[in-house]
Amino acid sequence: MAAGVAAWLPFARAAAIGWMPVANCPMPLAPADKNKRQDELIVLNVSGRRFQTWRTTLERYPDTLLGSTEKEFFFNEDTKEYFFDRDPEVFRCVLNFYRTGKLHYPRYECISAYDDELAFYGILPEIIGDCCYEEYKDRKRENAERLMDDNDSENNQESMPSLSFRQTMWRAFENPHTSTLALVFYYVTGFFIAVSVITNVVETVPCGTVPGSKELPCGERYSVAFFCLDTACVMIFTVEYLLRLFAAPSRYRFIRSVMSIIDVVAIMPYYIGLVMTNNEDVSGAFVTLRVFRVFRIFKFSRHSQGLRILGYTLKSCASELGFLLFSLTMAIIIFATVMFYAEKGSSASKFTSIPASFWYTIVTMTTLGYGDMVPKTIAGKIFGSICSLSGVLVIALPVPVIVSNFSRIYHQNQRADKRRAQKKARLARIRVAKTGSSNAYLHSKRNGLLNEALELMGTPEEEHVGKTTSLIESQHHHLLHCLEKTTNHEFIDEQMFEQNCMESSMQNYPSTRSPSLSSHPGLTTTCCSRRSKKTTHLPNSNLPATRLRSMQELSTIHIQGSEQPSLTTSRSSLNLKADDGLRPNCRASQITTAIISIPTPPALTPEGESRPPPASPGPNTNIPSIASNVVKVSAL
Amino acid sequence: MNVRRVESISAQLEEACSTGDSVEDELEMATVRHRPEALELLEAQSKFTKKELQILYRGFKNECPSGVVNEETFKEIYSQFFPQGDSTTYAHFLFNAFDTDHNGAVSFEDFIKGLSILLRGTVQEKLNWAFNLYDINKDGYITKEEMLDIMKAIYDMMGKCTYPVLKEDAPRQHVETFFQKMDKNKDGVVTIDEFIESCQKDENIMRSMQLFENVI
Repeated sequence: MAAGVAAWLPFARAAAIGWMPVANCPMPLAPADKNKRQDELIVLNVSGRRFQTWRTTLERYPDTLLGSTEKEFFFNEDTKEYFFDRDPEVFRCVLNFYRTGKLHYPRYECISAYDDELAFYGILPEIIGDCCYEEYKDRKRENAERLMDDNDSENNQESMPSLSFRQTMWRAFENPHTSTLALVFYYVTGFFIAVSVITNVVETVPCGTVPGSKELPCGERYSVAFFCLDTACVMIFTVEYLLRLFAAPSRYRFIRSVMSIIDVVAIMPYYIGLVMTNNEDVSGAFVTLRVFRVFRIFKFSRHSQGLRILGYTLKSCASELGFLLFSLTMAIIIFATVMFYAEKGSSASKFTSIPASFWYTIVTMTTLGYGDMVPKTIAGKIFGSICSLSGVLVIALPVPVIVSNFSRIYHQNQRADKRRAQKKARLARIRVAKTGSSNAYLHSKRNGLLNEALELMGTPEEEHVGKTTSLIESQHHHLLHCLEKTTNHEFIDEQMFEQNCMESSMQNYPSTRSPSLSSHPGLTTTCCSRRSKKTTHLPNSNLPATRLRSMQELSTIHIQGSEQPSLTTSRSSLNLKADDGLRPNCRASQITTAIISIPTPPALTPEGESRPPPASPGPNTNIPSIASNVVKVSAL
Repeated sequence: MNVRRVESISAQLEEACSTGDSVEDELEMATVRHRPEALELLEAQSKFTKKELQILYRGFKNECPSGVVNEETFKEIYSQFFPQGDSTTYAHFLFNAFDTDHNGAVSFEDFIKGLSILLRGTVQEKLNWAFNLYDINKDGYITKEEMLDIMKAIYDMMGKCTYPVLKEDAPRQHVETFFQKMDKNKDGVVTIDEFIESCQKDENIMRSMQLFENVI
């Protein structure tokens, strides 16, 4: 329940008078305000800066340090104030949280200092308001990354003897800075890649004439030398590839990765060339294969971070590029068609077909203008000029738009994804807190029943079992209880509700139910014998059958665990039990049962607990005598 | 995907530009402020002591710094108390019951007037207030339809997860019971006199009227 709303609780309770004439049952008693103190000012001295607020303001959040009795530990008797030796700047935000219900994160504050303070005061950071939550999460993530980086660099300096040889090799390949050997290997391969690329290039340079024959390229003049160089490079590359293959943690994935494909393509031509004989027919194909040797230059991308980023960027803005290409293609086709039909009339025109005009259009639109194809007719010239003018527009316009668009959308996407990821986690936590509040009501109902039972037994000094709820909470729960009474229905939590739905659909097969009950040993061992006496039992049964049984039964104590398999038995037994004992209010002079459960430490699992049976099916409202309820409690 | 987002963003920009008089609207909203009457005057008008009025006003002003509650805020506040169900309909009826001058806003005076009756009024006054709440169109008669609306609103607050399972006709049955009890001359409507008379005969109701005496 939010803070300021607690101030409106009196109003909500007063408005509950609107339900009274409609209700058929008498209402439960209101919680007594035992410790009614006049609202007083509290002085909070935080490192010398004094803050003052009302006591009730702080008590709005009873599960924090300032709202609970924990602050008594900080009470200074001499000065009659609460002294905290903490940061007063952050305390300002904390106190504003109590006042307004919204927690803000000041941007100038360090994230870890803020987190520490929040942890000290017992406040969940998830409560931070929408206005500041994104900033908070971003800073927190940066901080976490920084910590992770620190940890990584620490770990890198440590020696890890536990890694196997294979793993060390893989680490050496992926991160050359790990050891000197890796660094050496890295540079050697880099060198050989460069050598290989340079030889490929130099091979084709004409190298001066051998007397008596035409000019030869260097590759054919010094073919042996080049062949040796090529062999050496391919050796190195093959060895490297095999080593990587051996060291890879997942060989299948490694083979499929882009880098390994590049490696294979780079060395394949050599081997294919070795295998194939120097046959005239296939030598043409063999020469073509040499083209693939240029792919060795892509091996540099392992050595260059920039190349990798470029590749990733191109991949990520593929849709924008595709759009550019598409619009260009459209324009090309249009203009090529127009030019073709315009030049059709002229003789000896180079525009022999529309695909032939494509070349003209592309060269014109990109403002290259080779001049190998020019229009001769007037119409052709007119359309040609239109084509070149529009080429400038078509090319120049989308590119900056796409670039800026890409940049904006990329950042926005990142922010949206971030917010989405944050939102899911946030909503989950808020949902938990919300169900916590409604579960708190169900939880306190049982505790309240226990307390009332104990009180009626005449032991008012006994400690109340379970969590002591604040006055506000008990008043809120009383309000919800009144609503239950007005409508003759009860609040239950979702799981129980679904269970009831399932069971009500199983009502038609009562015979099958009892064996299932008896087949589960466990919790309700004390009631097993009694349960077997019952034949068919519907959850919403009428009174007479249950009244008889209620006379016989004593209360039992269910000590429940919280495992799932036993939950079904507890629920089904609860449904049976729920009608056995009847809530004291509507029946006079009746021995009622109270099922008392001892809550286990995970306090928010009320579904495992047995329920008090306050359901009073409607019409018989006898004269109630609340005071004369007799609750028989027997403890085992 | 990105094209769609570009479109949506441009649509939003267009919307923002087209509302030219939004500045005036904002100004108007900002100037709606209400200062309540003097503390002594309110003390004389209601049955609260000065200290109680102080506490009430502090809570009121905290939630509504502008000094008036409009229906939206009212619904929000009320829904915080009933997390499991939907309390907007009932809050709407409640708002109309508090907003006695029907100007769409509950000022602190209206608030105190209502609370004074509910917490410090005589049983007659309280029953009168309840009748006023049920009589949606304020014509002096509670018809079955009005009562059904109220009942549905109350049952809505319970939400879905109830035990026993909430049936469709539970509100209607409840209305039938109510009318059987209240409608003495069986003419299908309940007048204020019938209502007060029947309530005074019912001990349950009488007792529960005293329940919230010590709320403040």
